[in-house]
Order: sequence, then structure tokens, then C-alpha cells
Amino acid sequence: MRREAPQKIGDYAPLFFPAMMLIVFFVVPFATMIAVSFFQRQQGGFYVPAFELSNYQRFLSLFFANVLGFSLMLAVTVAICCIVLAVPFTYLLTRMARKVQIAWLVALLSVLSLSEVIIGFAWSTLFSRTAGITNLLVMAGIMSEAKALLPSFGAVLTGMVYQAFPYTVLVLYPALVRLDPTLTEAARTLGASPIKAFFTVVVPALRNTITATLIMVFIFALGSYLLPQLLGRPQHWTLSVLITDQAIYQSNMPFAAAMAVFLVLVTLGLVALTVIAGRKGEAA
Amino acid sequence: MSGLALNNVTKEFGTFTAVNNVELTVPHGTFVCMLGPSGCGKTTLLRMIAGLDLPTGGAINLDGEDITHVPTHKRNLGMVFQSLALFPHLTVGENIAYPLRIRGAPKEDQKKRVDELLAMIHLSGYSDRPVSKLSGGQRQRVAIARALAISPKLFLLDEPLSALDAKLREAMQVELRQLQQQLGITTIVVTHDQREAMTMADTVVVMKGGEIRQAASPIEIYRRPADTFVADFIGSTNLLEAEADSTGHVTVLGQPVSGVSLGADTRKATLSIRPEDIHLTAPGDGALSGTVTFVRDLGGTIETFVDIAGRQIVAVSTPRARPEVTVGQPVGVVLLPDVCVVLAK
Repeated sequence: MRREAPQKIGDYAPLFFPAMMLIVFFVVPFATMIAVSFFQRQQGGFYVPAFELSNYQRFLSLFFANVLGFSLMLAVTVAICCIVLAVPFTYLLTRMARKVQIAWLVALLSVLSLSEVIIGFAWSTLFSRTAGITNLLVMAGIMSEAKALLPSFGAVLTGMVYQAFPYTVLVLYPALVRLDPTLTEAARTLGASPIKAFFTVVVPALRNTITATLIMVFIFALGSYLLPQLLGRPQHWTLSVLITDQAIYQSNMPFAAAMAVFLVLVTLGLVALTVIAGRKGEAA
Repeated sequence: MSGLALNNVTKEFGTFTAVNNVELTVPHGTFVCMLGPSGCGKTTLLRMIAGLDLPTGGAINLDGEDITHVPTHKRNLGMVFQSLALFPHLTVGENIAYPLRIRGAPKEDQKKRVDELLAMIHLSGYSDRPVSKLSGGQRQRVAIARALAISPKLFLLDEPLSALDAKLREAMQVELRQLQQQLGITTIVVTHDQREAMTMADTVVVMKGGEIRQAASPIEIYRRPADTFVADFIGSTNLLEAEADSTGHVTVLGQPVSGVSLGADTRKATLSIRPEDIHLTAPGDGALSGTVTFVRDLGGTIETFVDIAGRQIVAVSTPRARPEVTVGQPVGVVLLPDVCVVLAK
């Protein structure tokens, strides 16, 4: 169906409200942040309007490069783990009875209602030496004595994957439900085992959805600043942690703003690269 | 034995029996059409032959080997689905090459075979097109080529032509039949369109309620239906109740007819007479007497509706063979013994 293009100014009326909300709550704060990133910091936590690049210069050091590199690596790892777990999970879910599907979706939605703080503390208890899951392994006779699994990279990764997993499933679900089930049956009659059919038909047919989900989880994970602190060592802290640290504890707003702007630019650049790579792959 | 054999194949879903004790032998190279109303179990039976559903009883043999529990991907089949199920992320050529690629055939062999198949379905040069850019009939042919890529032992089609418009469907029926004869491949088609079955099949299998009612050649099914359901389902027919007295004299709709026999010891039966086998004459003289209630003149054929003792029967004739009748006119209806099929009540 083709819609008619708007004729009068009045036809754009439905757009006014969302546009205003976007301007007031997104464009203005973001512009303020960009402006602040060029301001000069005063001793005592204040800053005065100025135009200097020192905040960005300070950022160009090996230490911050490492932190940025780690943040991106962590976000990519979380995104890949989520996709690897969620695609087969959601595929099997869509093939179950309707009642089972609803139960699972409700459970996943309830995970979404948990705050990052609760998720962080829950996992720090589960990974602790005194009350953690290793105690179960000891009881089962698999381990000789209980030990703490945190702080560690694995703990950070687990917490973040746990947090992002429901989003991943909910984004993949509609596309997988719409996928024609006879495609896999056709693949099987043509000689593909169920696993081969999954990788040669289901995954390629969902390529665009998977790329989009990957980007979404990547950006979601990049913004996480509590879980790395709760479950990781200082070397597992992400750029988001440092930004929070600068903004709140060091009261260095201009530097925090500069880091935030830089993070946004790097993220946009990576997303653009992914999209371009996706287009190229499609054309080939 | 070479070919497909179904031995007491049964499929139950809970308490519902979709396919009940089906016995069928399909010799190598035959074209079989499974025909029946929706819900008669024909698709379930086809899915069991493909291995997509497992029978709850009985066995399926292919070329003397029990394949009842062989997984689908090891059966070396070709199957065309009602939705066609072409892979949207692959081009025409890649779709056709899929079964070859899965089996690890060398790239050059794949390309050669794809070119052969594209030539066979008259789509040479379409190899690099995305399937979304094809018309309905072209997609249909691609799905057929993909199913035939490995020269399968069995070629299965589930309502393959139902998505096409009437004209294209008729053309594809002929094309499919010619292709099957050219390749000599054992083929099973599920359809609810009896015209399709009559056009293509060596053997028509009429199913109802999960059971086979009759399996025979199309002309046999048409001329000698096994029961009233088959007679009524294949083509149109007139079903008339007949009774015989102790001396063998037969009355139809309360009027005596001569020459027709219901067979020894049969007192009650149903006669099936095709509309084109009914002759209209002047009233009396051993014919059933009735009244013309409606005449449908279609140009090529004329259908005359005749009321006999409250029952309506239809006679079809060509304009030249038909006596002039008008609505309300009394006529005689002649039942020739050799075209009346006697069916058990």
C-alpha cells in the first residue's frame, strides 16, 4: 500500500510531539555534553565556558586506548555470546507449543524488569566462595573445595550476557516466528541433517536480523557500567565505568563529556562499518 | 521388489487416526496421484513417505529396503512443497545446487548439473537471479528442478500447482507429466484437484478418512468406481437407488428397467451413471419417465436436468446428439446396462 505524501503543514502534526520530546530530552542534553567537552575545568569541581582541546588530548594516551579497546572487545564478546545462545534457543522456542512459548517469554520479560544492581549482586552471590554455585559442585563431588569465581572476566561476561539475553531473544523472536517452517523441512528432504539445515538455511535466511541484533546488543553492552565494577577487577572496567568515575567521583565534567563524545563517535563508526560490510556481503 | 511399498501404514495423532492401515504398492517409474478431500490423510501419508512424520504403525519399503525409520536426509528424495519453500537467501542457481552442495559435490559438477536442469525447465540464463524476481510459474519450475537435482529415487509433490492460476496450472500439469515420463522417475503427487489427477497419473489413489477407497488407473476409476464416494468425488455422476425383486427384475426410483442386473443375491444397490452416458428419448418404451426442469446450454455441451419421481438427474450431451427438449416436457431416460455401475449400498 502506498501512502499519500503529506500535503499541508497540519499533516505533520502527529510528528510534533515526538520531535519535541527528542529535541528537549536528547538533542539539547547531547549538544550540552558536546559543548561541555570543550570547557575548562576549575579546581573544586566547576567548569567555565571555553574552547580547548586539552580534554581530548588527555584522552589520547595508552591507558585510555587500552580501556577503550577492552570496552569494545567486551561489548563485541557479549554480543556474540548472546547471538550464539539466543539464535538456537529462539529457533527451538518458536517450534514449541504456544503455551510453552508464552511461559518462556513471560520469564524472559521478568528478567528485563530486574535492575542492573540486582543482577550484579545476585551473580556476585552466585559466584562467591561461601554461598556460590561451586558449593553445589563440591556436593556433587566434581570439585574438591569451594572457591570464588569473582572478580574475573568470566563473571563480568556472564552477568552482562545474562542481562542482554532477554533483549536478544525478544528482538529475534518475531523474525524467527515468521520464518517458513517448510524451509527446514525442504532442506531435510534435499539431504541436509537437521543441524546442517539450521546452519545452511535458518541462519543465512536471518542474516539481516542477526546483524541488527548484534549491533543492538553491542551498543547495549557498551553502556554497562555497574556490572564490570561489581563482578570484575579494575582492569575489567569499561570506558563507561571511567566516565561515571570522572563525572561523579572526580567531578571532572569536561573530561567525562569528552570521553562520552569519543565513545559515541567510535560506536557510530563501528556500526556504520558493520552496515557497509553487510551491504557488500549482500551485493556479492 | 523395485519401487515403493506401504505395508499397513498407520498414523495416529492422539486419539485421531489420520492414516489408517494403508496398503499400497507403487512400481518403479509410476506416476501416482493421491486424491481426496482436505483432511483425508493424503498429505500425512506423503510426509511419512518423505520421513517428515513417523508412522505409528506399519512399514515403508523402498526398493526392497525398509526405510520406515531412516531419517529424511538419508532417503535421497526430491520433494516439492505447497509453499515451494525456495530458499530466499539463495539465487536460482544456488537453490538448485543446494542438494549437491550439501552432499559435497565438486563446484564444476554442481555448475554443470545446474545448467542441465535450467535447460530442462526452460530457464537457461536465470542462474544468478534472486528467486524473489521470478514469476509464480518460474518459481514452480525452480522448485521442481531443485528436487530433481540429485536424480532422486522418489519424487514427491504436495499440492504443487495449487498456487498457480488455472491456465498456468493446466500447462504445468502437462509439463510435469512429460518430464516424469522423460526421466522415468517414481512420482507421487498429492492433490485435491481431480482434473489434475486424471491428467497426470498412471494410478489414482482416492482417499477418504485416512483410508484408501480405490487405487486404479484414471479411466478405471472413472468408469468403474469402487463405491459411491469415489463415483461422486471423481467427475460428476448420477446416483440412483435400485431394488431387485426375488426374480431379478430391477426397479429404479420405483420404475422398472430392463437389462440391468444388480448381481445375484443383491436386493438393494446404488447405480452410478455418468451424465454423458444418459440418453434422452421419447417417453415410454422401457425408459424411466421424467420431466425436464432446466436446460443449461454451454455451447459446446448441453446439460439437461430431468426430474424423475422427485429426484433430479443430469444428462450431458453435445448439441448435435441431443433431441430437442424444452423445460416442462416429459422425456424418457434410457439407462444402458453397460454404463451403469452397480455399487453396494
